[in-house]
Amino acid sequence: MADKHKDFKLPETDSGTIVFNTDPLIIKYHYEIDYIHSYAEDTPFFVGLSQGKMMGSRCTKCNYGFATPRSHCMECGAPTTWEQLPNQGRVHTYTTCYFGGEAFLNETPFTLILVEFAGFDTLFLSRIVGVDFEKVKIGMPVKAQYLRNSKFKPTDVYFVPMQDDEPAPHTPYSN
Amino acid sequence: MRPVYMVSGGITKFRKANPNQDFRLMVKDSFDYAMRDVPNLTMDMIDGSVASYFSDHFTRQLMAGIMVQDYLGLVPRPGKRIEGGGATGGLCFQGGWESVASGRMDVCVAYGFETMSHVNTWKGNEFIALASDVNFDFPVGGFYSGYYAMMVQRHMHEFGTTVEQMAKVSIKNHGNALHNPYAQSPAKLTVEDVRNATMVANPLTLLDICTMSDGAATVIFATEEMATKMGAVDPVLVTGIGSGTDAMRMADRPHGKVLLLDHETESDYKDLKYPGVHSFRGGRNATRLAYKMAGIRNPIEDLSFVELHDAYTSSEIQTYEDMGFCKYGEGGKFIEDGKSELGGVLPVNPSGGLLACGHPVGATGLMQAVFAFWQLQNTIGKHLGGDDFIQVKNAKRGAIHSHAGTGTYITVSIMESTRS
Ligand SMILES: [Zn+2]
Repeated sequence: MADKHKDFKLPETDSGTIVFNTDPLIIKYHYEIDYIHSYAEDTPFFVGLSQGKMMGSRCTKCNYGFATPRSHCMECGAPTTWEQLPNQGRVHTYTTCYFGGEAFLNETPFTLILVEFAGFDTLFLSRIVGVDFEKVKIGMPVKAQYLRNSKFKPTDVYFVPMQDDEPAPHTPYSN
Repeated sequence: MRPVYMVSGGITKFRKANPNQDFRLMVKDSFDYAMRDVPNLTMDMIDGSVASYFSDHFTRQLMAGIMVQDYLGLVPRPGKRIEGGGATGGLCFQGGWESVASGRMDVCVAYGFETMSHVNTWKGNEFIALASDVNFDFPVGGFYSGYYAMMVQRHMHEFGTTVEQMAKVSIKNHGNALHNPYAQSPAKLTVEDVRNATMVANPLTLLDICTMSDGAATVIFATEEMATKMGAVDPVLVTGIGSGTDAMRMADRPHGKVLLLDHETESDYKDLKYPGVHSFRGGRNATRLAYKMAGIRNPIEDLSFVELHDAYTSSEIQTYEDMGFCKYGEGGKFIEDGKSELGGVLPVNPSGGLLACGHPVGATGLMQAVFAFWQLQNTIGKHLGGDDFIQVKNAKRGAIHSHAGTGTYITVSIMESTRS
């Protein structure tokens, strides 16, 4: 048996390795993954976006209102119930990103805002469009719009400035 | 709890990329430096270790900590990894302290590293942004500089903080680093340089933001008995340990009442909603615990210097306030008046901080401890190639402050000189 295998060799292939340097040896290593991500208890929020609404949550015990939903209260630990957010709010703070993580570089520049809503204690992170970057201000009244073809991501909702003839909401921090 | 001394420390030069050494060898270099500095400290005296590194993505090697442990020759002794974002190094420092204070170990090594050069800068930013909520925050434009920019926009709105004040932090820290050969990017800058640098996320320019780095650092802790036995010269006593946390999502931060320090009263802040997104409640909590343990009532008088986590010029200003160097809202004025410069009432980041030294995440909090240790030993000149410009004269007590993403994990540790 030993004789039969003595000439065995691995077959050579024409694949290769990208090398940047040899001292020290630096090569390219490709690394990619598809992740099976469940929104789990946050699911109603993302399904809600596809129905043109933002779902917040409210504590069943202390009544704290979360504009970014969570199924248990951060203040007291009690369960929360789902509650729809108003479609209008105000800019709590903002920035325009001229760079970003690699996944978002081709979307730059984009403007991030934290939005505050009447009746809710916490804020919501989103993007604002339809306005010159320089004109975005803290306290600016904004309203939500939704993608028609949902991607089931938080960017299914985005904000635009409210028109002057629309009544601005009274929000907790930046009127 | 037993008194715990820091008896030695070592760091590598922080660089944009160090392809000639992997993480094991970088830690080994910093470890050997620390061991050499206490010649009678031998390997058999070490009881175990705590390892500090932030990102498995950057390393592309799970359980990298054990590879350091075996490379250093510390197996089969106890070891574990600590992770808490940007505060990983500070948490590791406190983990090493706990190992000795609890009586579990008499000598404990805390080592840390990060190798961030293995991906391009924007992929690196994406990795870091994965340390934000991947349901609600990351997909909207995951970018930490954007998050901090939003925080400082609100700070500017609440308190009138200016971009020129922020630029002064950059000028100070890059300038201090001109005297620190370990620093990655020393520079003599002007306000115009900082403001005219490439805008990253307004109001933060490239010179308001720290860089990514490759680097490592080591801290060695011991009991009094072991410090004496190994002949440690001027060991530094750790007298205060504090830490705090806040919600991962900035959007979830409450708008309540300020957590007060001893020298503040509720009437100081009657109209301020706290912490909002303008302040770091976790940093204030860490400060309160550390000051209480160390008996600090007036930080300006009781501290000789501070090494704090200035990943952004804005977060240095915000941290002045969290740590009570001034009241909330007065941080911009604090730098404008030169109070945190070398020679000011409380020098902050004499080393150059993260802005100028670099920020190899798992090493950073330990790097701060090493610089603080040398300050308190009065050995800055010896360790920095003969240049003692950044040595704080007569340094008695220092604070180190380590901070993770938007203020989620924060540590404050107080260190005191034992020099007579
Ligand atoms: Zn509650």
